[in-house]
Amino acid sequence: MIDFKYLGETVSLILNKEKCNGCGMCVKVCPHAVFEMNGSKAELTLKDYCMECGACQLNCAQNAIKVTVGNGCGCATGIIEGYFGVESECCSDSTCC
Amino acid sequence: MITGYIKTPIGDIPQVETRLNSKDILGAIKVRWLIGRDNYMVKPGLYAVGNPTKDSNVFVSANYKLSFDHVRKNLAGRDAWILVLDTKGVNVWCAAGKGTFGTHELVKRIEETQLRKVVNHHRLILPQLGATGVSAHLVRQLTKSESEKGFNVVWGPIKAADIKPFLKNNYKATTEMRRVTFTMAERTKLLPVDIVYAGKKLLGAFVLIFLVSGFSQTGYSITDAWYTSLPSILYIVLAYFTGILLTPILLPYIPFRMFALKGLITGIFLFIALHLGNYMANSIYAILAWVMLLPAISSFMAMNFTGGSTFTSLSGVKKEMKIFVPIQITMAIFGLAFYIINLLR
Ligand code: SF4
Ligand code: SF4
Repeated sequence: MIDFKYLGETVSLILNKEKCNGCGMCVKVCPHAVFEMNGSKAELTLKDYCMECGACQLNCAQNAIKVTVGNGCGCATGIIEGYFGVESECCSDSTCC
Repeated sequence: MITGYIKTPIGDIPQVETRLNSKDILGAIKVRWLIGRDNYMVKPGLYAVGNPTKDSNVFVSANYKLSFDHVRKNLAGRDAWILVLDTKGVNVWCAAGKGTFGTHELVKRIEETQLRKVVNHHRLILPQLGATGVSAHLVRQLTKSESEKGFNVVWGPIKAADIKPFLKNNYKATTEMRRVTFTMAERTKLLPVDIVYAGKKLLGAFVLIFLVSGFSQTGYSITDAWYTSLPSILYIVLAYFTGILLTPILLPYIPFRMFALKGLITGIFLFIALHLGNYMANSIYAILAWVMLLPAISSFMAMNFTGGSTFTSLSGVKKEMKIFVPIQITMAIFGLAFYIINLLR
């Protein structure tokens, strides 16, 4: 597979292992395989691949995950339109069903 | 699309076919070009595929017709229910990002359709990309009552095409099914939408270069503007497509991770190609103008492709904009200045 890693170092994803109960939900929802289970705890194995979509945070019942940059898509058009006060259409039709 | 009705305790549920007809296929092609895009929807609610019973699976989808079509097509030969959420005609991932494919809409739709009376289990299969908007544990909590169990969200595969292998695999998505891809075919499919969306920007650039092209030694004339702006407009179109078409297609093969930088590089290559091909006026000012304008345009357009991609993060895009927007603006201003100086010479 071709490596679709973005900037990596800017990723604002935080995992609080103490709160994690090992349910494995984050592994299931992440579209970039950022998490892996290691025994009874989740681990950030591919943190640099995180696109800050927030799916893991929303689906962690233990509140162990935080994406600090907040919600919004990684979309320059959206950010520019945001400056001008336009609510953006942002993302286009990806492969999703 | 609707072939009949299935009788249930809550009334007749429309039964849909799993074969897409030529109208569905033509519709899919059209929306890629944004034709009729705002109105390509199905009515939210419950639908049947095959002859589902109380034990059949419930698949949740968006009311963007393309999303719905993908799901029903991939359920061919099966008996199932499809619960369509009101996402205002937007696909699952984008709608999840906006929250319309979300926890509350799902809970509301379960109640409105009286799903509990149609099936006797509590399992909903959702496309994985819906997880950006739907919180599985919240859905369970919110649909639970003293007498009733809450609904369990099972995260299905990202692509509807993987539904069958997913079911065979005991309702488990493999790592491949869970990972979003961005293949050349997928990138190419996005280009029409991007081109149509960005058309306005191109028009703006045309007007600007046209107005500026009227300058000459003898003053300003609109007739001059027509003549001199024509080749310039061609260069701008080329730079624009280099940024919005060529860069996305070649994305992983162009060095560096920032999209704006990738676009800058392809823009420089475009300049070199045009220059070597002797397509450009050879005055030093013209060269200076285009060596700045072409990469600036290409870089800006490539940067705007971040929204279409499946792997850029907000923090990352903010970072690259902080670095490259000032660079793009500076290059555009200097480029335009040299362009005018060249005309006034
Ligand atoms: S979803 Fe939360 S609790 Fe579950 S494994 Fe991941 S981090 Fe741990
Ligand atoms: S924010 Fe999205 S991409 Fe990042 S780890 Fe969570 S689910 Fe994965």
